Amino acid sequence: MPKHRQPSATRRALLGGALASLLPDTRAAAPMTRRIPSSGEALPVIGLGSWITFNVGNDPAAREACVEVVRAFFATGGRLIDSSPMYGSSQPTIGHALAQLGRPAQLFSAEKVWVGDGARGAAQIEASRVYWGVPRFDLIQVHNLLAWQQHLPQLFEMKAAGRLRYVGITTSEGRRHAEIEQVMRTQPIDFVQISYNLLDREVEQRILPLAQEHGIAVIVNRPFREGALLRQLSRHRLPGWAADIDCQAWAQVALKFVISHPAVTCAIPATSQVAHLRQNMAAMQGRMPDAALRQRMAREVAAL
Amino acid sequence: MSEWWGEWSSYRPSDFLMFAPRIYWRLFESINVAVWPAQLLLVGAALAWVVWFMRRGAEAAPRASAVALALCWLFVAWAFLLQRYAPINWAADAFALGFALQGLGLLALVGCGPLQASVQPWRRAAGLGLLLWALLGHPLLALLSGRPWTQAEVFGLAPDPTAIGTLGWLLLLEGRARVLPRFLWLVPLAWCAISAATLATMGEWQALVPLAAALLALTAARRR
Repeated sequence: MPKHRQPSATRRALLGGALASLLPDTRAAAPMTRRIPSSGEALPVIGLGSWITFNVGNDPAAREACVEVVRAFFATGGRLIDSSPMYGSSQPTIGHALAQLGRPAQLFSAEKVWVGDGARGAAQIEASRVYWGVPRFDLIQVHNLLAWQQHLPQLFEMKAAGRLRYVGITTSEGRRHAEIEQVMRTQPIDFVQISYNLLDREVEQRILPLAQEHGIAVIVNRPFREGALLRQLSRHRLPGWAADIDCQAWAQVALKFVISHPAVTCAIPATSQVAHLRQNMAAMQGRMPDAALRQRMAREVAAL
Repeated sequence: MSEWWGEWSSYRPSDFLMFAPRIYWRLFESINVAVWPAQLLLVGAALAWVVWFMRRGAEAAPRASAVALALCWLFVAWAFLLQRYAPINWAADAFALGFALQGLGLLALVGCGPLQASVQPWRRAAGLGLLLWALLGHPLLALLSGRPWTQAEVFGLAPDPTAIGTLGWLLLLEGRARVLPRFLWLVPLAWCAISAATLATMGEWQALVPLAAALLALTAARRR
């Protein structure tokens, strides 16, 4: 059965019991948040990925379209933007958007280090920082576990020195899960980023429970399988239970499936269109599926 | 070893495509807008040379055509691959290097004595066909694929028609002559393979075009 999302503790504290009853109900506009286990900081459960969609090179029209996507992202309560040195021109595109928007204070910057030589990690991170135009990153992740043994100590050092707030690791499409587990068990990381969606659910077996056990925040990439899932689902009508969880589109079904897992902190769908961005962000509103409906969603989508 | 292979075998070609097709096609619009109306002069001059060559053979200044072709390769390396493609594709720097080497190789031909016109009918027919395709046919693919004409791939500005046209030029000129080193075939053929793979990953039927051009050129070159 669907369940109503509970307001966060912060929001309850702000409103107060009696006062809240006198104020208009604004729950529909407040983004759903999850807390980062290592700090308690609340993050909206939908973030913004930048793989492919923000790699627009020197195309001025496409760059401005990305500015509008980022503008709509912040306007609808978004915070976390994720990128990587691997993503071509995505970093300067994000930096351009942030500059155009006056560097919104709510930004939660999630970057990656992606170089095989640990000695070159600091220079790459600095180059990324300049592209973004931020004083420091909130989160730096070791991209696809590349040279993590060399990078993680440096990232922990940056965090201890106050030059970074969180440290993480990433993988995608189910690769190197055994090594991911090893890092999660042995290293004091704050975040792990993995692929998870209605069809790719391997992480439910070990990674997600391990994240809960060790207090590690989870970022989910490829919630739409880079769009392939939505292209596949678009040939079918929305099932009846979609209305029970306030979904008007398959994208919202796919996102609500991901963010309703209790271990997931934030999903990062990527888009280059404002309309899609708004649709994605709307997945933070309304009722969420409970465990039974989640099982049904996965079963029925797999059968389509 | 098995772990290494296990990870690499999990990748699909699409995992290496780091840009959206619409952004790729807009690269051609960008260069077309930047040089307009030079396309008309470029294609017109190339067509005039083809007509001259088919009528007068080796009298049609083949070495000057080699220089012009070299400049086309160098321009594509700089203006398209480095300035426009490299920001969205890490591999484009290497592609630009290959195009620059091809340009320098063509320039080196100028010092290698007179060029010979091919007399073999198959080579001449295939060479002429590929050149005409590169100059007149390839730019129409944009319209055939539902893209605006401003995104047309033009010989001398875009890599595919430049490589295909060069394969045609090599067929027309190599013939009995030994002055055209075989390595001048390598980059155009390699580019046709790379472009076909990229376009296929993008889901474009147009991937067949550079592939067919390369196969035609190889077949014609080996036919006696």
